Parts: sequence; C-alpha cells; structure tokens
Amino acid sequence: MPVSNSEIIKNRAVVADDWTVLRLSEGDTADSVTIPAGKVILPLAVWQARRTELQGRTPLGVWLNSDAQADAIKDDLEQFEVIGINFPIFTDGRGYSIAFNLRTRYGYAGELRAIGDVLRDQLFYMQRVGFNAFAVRADKNIHDALKGLTDFSEKYQASWDEKTPLFRRVQRQPVTQD
Amino acid sequence: MYRYDQYDHQIVKERVAQYRDQVRRRLSNELAEDEFRILRLQNGLYMQRHAYMLRIAVPYGLLSAPQVRKFAHIARKYDRGYGHFTTRQNIQFNWIKLEESPDILAELATVEMHAIQTSGNCIRNITSDELAGVAADEVIDPRPYAEILREWSTFHPEFAYLPRKFKIAINGSEEDRAATAVHDIGLAMARNPAGDIGFRVMVGGGMGRTPIIGSVIREFLPWQHALTYLEAILRVYNQHGRRDNIYKARIKILVKAIGAEEFARQVEAEWIDIKDGPGTLTVEELQRVAQYFTAPAYETLPATDTGFETRKAEDKAFANWIKRNVKAHKVAGYAAVILSLKKTGVPPGDLTADQLDFVADLSERYSFGEVRVTHEQNLVLADVKQSELFALWQEAKAQGLATPNIGLLTDIICCPGGDFCSLANAKSIPIAQAIAEKFDNIDFQHDIGDIELNISGCINACGHHHIGNIGILGVDKDGAEWYQVSIGGAQGNNTSIGKIIGPSFSAHQMPAVIERLLDVYVKQRTEDERFIDTVQRIGVAPFKEFVYATPILLDQPHGEDACV
Ligand code: HEM
Ligand code: SF4
Repeated sequence: MPVSNSEIIKNRAVVADDWTVLRLSEGDTADSVTIPAGKVILPLAVWQARRTELQGRTPLGVWLNSDAQADAIKDDLEQFEVIGINFPIFTDGRGYSIAFNLRTRYGYAGELRAIGDVLRDQLFYMQRVGFNAFAVRADKNIHDALKGLTDFSEKYQASWDEKTPLFRRVQRQPVTQD
Repeated sequence: MYRYDQYDHQIVKERVAQYRDQVRRRLSNELAEDEFRILRLQNGLYMQRHAYMLRIAVPYGLLSAPQVRKFAHIARKYDRGYGHFTTRQNIQFNWIKLEESPDILAELATVEMHAIQTSGNCIRNITSDELAGVAADEVIDPRPYAEILREWSTFHPEFAYLPRKFKIAINGSEEDRAATAVHDIGLAMARNPAGDIGFRVMVGGGMGRTPIIGSVIREFLPWQHALTYLEAILRVYNQHGRRDNIYKARIKILVKAIGAEEFARQVEAEWIDIKDGPGTLTVEELQRVAQYFTAPAYETLPATDTGFETRKAEDKAFANWIKRNVKAHKVAGYAAVILSLKKTGVPPGDLTADQLDFVADLSERYSFGEVRVTHEQNLVLADVKQSELFALWQEAKAQGLATPNIGLLTDIICCPGGDFCSLANAKSIPIAQAIAEKFDNIDFQHDIGDIELNISGCINACGHHHIGNIGILGVDKDGAEWYQVSIGGAQGNNTSIGKIIGPSFSAHQMPAVIERLLDVYVKQRTEDERFIDTVQRIGVAPFKEFVYATPILLDQPHGEDACV
C-alpha cells in the first residue's frame, strides 16, 4: 500500500514532499508488487528482486529496514536520489549505524531520510549521524518536531555532521562559575 | 577533580531545558507515556513502586563537598530526607515528583552535575576504582581516561538507542577494584613492554539473568585509540545485538553467541576505517583533562606518625577501625578512609541529609574537600593525614559512619529490593538488616575476616549477588518471597560467579543459613584462610550438606517479615 506524507522536514525546513514510500502489504511480494509511477521509494527487497527492470529509472529511491546493513546497497548508491531508513519503532537504534556507515564508509551524499516512527526527540541524534530528511510520524506536529533539530548547540564527539570532536575543534579552558 | 568548562556547562544547561520541555509535553499529553518513558529514563527518572526515583550520575564515583551538600539539599527539599548510594557509584532519591524533576536537574547543573544516561539503553555512567589516584598499588591513574570516556559517551548520537544498557568500567591498579570483569566493557590500564600506556580490553561481562565473565578481545590497546576502538565495539553491538528478546540483548549474549574471537574480528574490521581518524586522542587532550587530576597540596610527612601509632596501640576500637576502614596511600603520612554506610539498622548505602552535610564538612576539614563513592556502597575520604585519623574517627563515629566493618560480614551490598523496586521478587533490605543484627558483634566479624555478602531482590543482580562470596537472590515461589543462596562468587582479579547451594529459604531462615555457612568455614579453615579460599579449596558440597542437614527452626524471628 503506498503511503504518502505531504510534508517532510528537509534540510531543516518543512517542505512539500512528492515522493511515495512503497511498503509491501500482506499478499504483496517483491517480485509482483505494482510499482507506482512517479517518484517512488522502494523497499530494498523490491530493488534487489527487480534490479534489471528498474535500472536506469530516475528518479528512484530505496529504503532499508533497521535489520539491513549499509553494505547491501553500497554498490548502487548512484542509482538513488533518496535513501530511506525505516524506524519500525523509535527505540530501534540500528538505523543510526546504518546511516553513519552509508555516509562515512560508503560516501553516500544524497538525501537520507528517516521514515517510520520518527519523533521530535530523536531528530537531533538522527541529523548527527547523517539524516537530512525526516518523515515525521503523521499524527505529530511537524513544525513542533522541527525544534528537535536544535536541542543542543554543542557536542563532544565527532559524527557525520561534525567531523572533528570538540577536543580538536576548540581551545578548552577551565571557567569559574558565576 | 574535573571542573566543567563553558562547553560542559552549555551542554548540561541545554539538557535541562530539553528535559523541562519534555516533561511539559508529557504533562500536556503531547507526549504519550511510551514515548516519554525512554526520554525520562535517559535522564535517570524511573517509575518505582511508590514514586519516581531519580538516579544522579556520579562520574567514576568522584564528588566535591558542594556536590555532596547539594544532595543533602535535594534530599530535604524534594525527597524524604535521605539518599541511597548504589553499586554503580551513583546516588538515587526515591521519592521524587515528576513535576519537580526539571528543577532538580537545574539545581544539579549549578554544581556541575546531571542525571544524563544513568538509565536507558545507552552508555551508562562510567565507573572506576574509588582509590584512583591515591592507591598504593596504582599503575596508572584511570581518572583522566574515565573523564574522556564520560565526555565521549555523553549524548553519543549513534549509541543512544542500543539493544540494551551498556556499562563501562576502568581500573588502573594491580588490584581490580572496579569489577571490570562483569561489565559490558572492562578496561584495565597497563603498560606494554615499551612502557606505553594502554588498556587490556574485555567485553561481554555482566551479571543479571546470565552471569558471564568478560572476554579479553585485545591485550593492549594504546590509549590514543580508546575512543575509536570503543566506537567500533559499540557499532558492531548496535547492529548485531539481539533486539527480539530483552533477556538476550546484552552484548555478553552476542559475544557468547559468535565467540570472542569472531567478535574481535568484526570489531577490528569496523575499526579499520576510523582508526587514526579524528577520534584519535591527542596528547594535548589527555593533558587538558589530566590537569584536573593532579595531586592536591600534600605536606611532606614522615611515613608513620607517632601520635597515631600510640593511639592505635592504646585504643582497640580505633585499631579495629584502622584495620578495616583505612587503606594504604601512595603518599607518605597519608591514608584513605572508608566511611561505612553499613551501620546495623540502616539500609546499606543510605545516608540522611544531615549525614550528607556532615560528610561534606568532614571532607573539607580532612581531605581536600573530595568524596568518593565505592561500588560496595560506601564513601571514601581519600587524602587524610595519619595524624588526623583519630580526630576524624571520633567525629565519624558520632555520626554513625565509622562502623569498623569494611570487607566484613555486615558490609553488605544490597539493592533496594521489594521496598522500592518495582521489579523485585523479594525484599532485600530487611534480609540485610536481619543478618546485620544477628552478627553485629565486631569481634566475631573480625574473626571471620574478609567476606563479601551481596543481596539482590531479583535476577537483575543490582546487588551483585553473583560475585558475592555469599550471594543472596530474592526469588518468587507461588507468590511468596524466597531466597536462593550461592557461594564462591568473587570480584577483583579472580572474579568468579557463585554456585547455588540448593533449594531456597524463607526470609526468617536467612540469618541461620549464614550462621551455618560460617560454622563450616570456621571448622574447615586453615590459618589465615579467607572464606572464599576455603570455598575454593573444599568446594560447595560441605557447605551444602551442613546447611540442609537439619531443619532450620524459626525460633528467632528477624526483621519486619517475621510478623507476617
Ligand atoms: C530503580 C530500581 C532499579 C531497576 C528498575 C533496575 C533494573 C535493572 C535491570 C532490569 C537490570 C538487568 C539488566 C540486564 O541484565 O540487561 C539491572 C541490572 C543491574 N542494576 Fe539495576 N535496577 C534498579 C536499581 C539499581 C540499583 C539501586 C543499583 C545499584 C545498587 C543497580 C545496579 C545494577 C547492576 C550493577 C546491575 C547488573 C548489571 C549487569 O552487569 O548485568 N540497579 N537493573
Ligand atoms: S536486583 Fe532487582 S529488585 Fe534489586 S534493584 Fe535490581 S531490579 Fe530491583
């Protein structure tokens, strides 16, 4: 069943979204599911099953579930304009490592979109590991969620957004508190 | 002791603001309880049996006097006048109101404290040796590395939603006082033959339902690579740790399932890309942090103080206290003092607000204003002059903090159990109290000598029962509270997991069970043999036989449970 949200957060702004995320319903198989026309983000299984049919189709997106590994698509990155990573539940943290590896290890530079159970209080961490787009869960206020991106102005450790840890970036000195 | 700079202040301040808004959104129902639960846990706020409990981080167990005073203030203003020190070197308050929790965090921030990552499936507070920096057997001071790890793990974006909680301990002495073998990652500081500083890296230790001793996956990791190597471990665990079953989600299960060698191989493969990257530690950073852990202004003193020696010879009670509660110091004329939080009649690890204030004062007058928390739930004043030990002892005694029982039978490690914890199968504090009452006699305890008695109210093992020489575990049998006993567990360099001796006992039988175990020991011990050594030499069987040989009569009820 295709699901489409009309708005997402992208590059720190709420924008209209014309992509369709294809999710397999019960009874659908990767081999037989009808792929809608237009901008579609396919499940990894569909991409893998129908690669020959789909190669060269642009624009195209793919999404990985949290149990997948970044290396599953490491050789196909140039095929996709959007890569989605699904959070089946917001407490499933595997997507953070997938994102980090896609960005840093495999050099993916396009849109990296968090989909699924995407909530305000996780967005700060998500952007740090490389997500630049967020399909916030439909029942939540997306403008409110936007505030989650700016919870902190400093961070100790390096990740994808900040290539150097604090100790290499600034001169740190003791302060006395007033 | 580490002091915040502007960045630490800023991060903690922003956390308070973030959390305050999360509480606001919860109270207005913008956040569902399921969504909020995870957020509050990462701020140390648990829903307990009676009320919310707040667990405050004490990084590697180090506190300043103003921080201890802040605890006293929190105990008075927001709780019922006391706090509870834990086996993770933290402090917990048991009677907290959700609405007030952001204010508590704001107050903590003023003394450079927080409750960040004291719970939840993230990297928890880093623990270490309470004698770090002063121990006579220290190889390398672990505190700067512990602080570097604290900063690195704080809000690590990739590892805030791990399969399960993640605990790191670091030790720098010959003797392991940080229970590194039962941590997700245990780091033992060492020098290689060339004299370089690094770590022996152990992974996959832990207690809980499946107690496992960690496996060494790297004999020597140069200190510069600490962060990148740990990052690699965490990344492998984050992606491959089980998430389908909460009981199998700890890293120990993954390491066991694939084997330590294969786990190490995967870590090395993950590490190869980030090794030598920007996460590599620099000498400058180590120096920046290490400058906070330099020695205080010690005086030049003789190795032994004559006044002190005379007092010790004359006053047996003082000598007993010295023998058990005072530890060797690497600086001549100084000693490290352990304040016992195990006075009979008081829940192990509990301290009242007045006592907290008192400890803060004491530390300022006798120990450069610093206090440490031990994982045995006691406190340490690490830098006391020998010549002042007598005066300190008298003051501490007047406040009930000088029971000469460190390492003895009544120095019991005990989780909050059924009195507070919603996961408990049984009470543990009343068991500790009943045992303490029965064996209150200090001469008897000194005769028994070194022994570790640890109690947990359920299999989660917050009271470290698996590594107690005697371990007591609360179990549920048909809705009633029972206690399973194990012996032969040990912490330290020869960490071992205790063996269960047989069917469980009722609460009122427990003091008698302990008595019987001690009887066997006293009969079987060779001269100077500790309880644990006797158990290791003769095995569990003689203990088991004697404990179960005849029924335990319930003629002497003990503790609250006795009347039910
Ligand atoms: C607020 C009440 C508490 C709750 C709900 C709680 C919950 C848990 C749970 C669920 C586990 C098992 C985790 C696992 O193996 O995956 C655990 C383990 C543990 N907790 Fe607690 N705990 C509480 C209080 C404490 C206290 C007061 C202490 C310290 C005195 C403590 C220290 C520990 C330790 C040391 C472990 C063993 C972890 C290991 O290495 O396997 N906890 N706790
Ligand atoms: S061991 Fe069990 S009863 Fe005790 S504190 Fe931990 S979870 Fe609670």
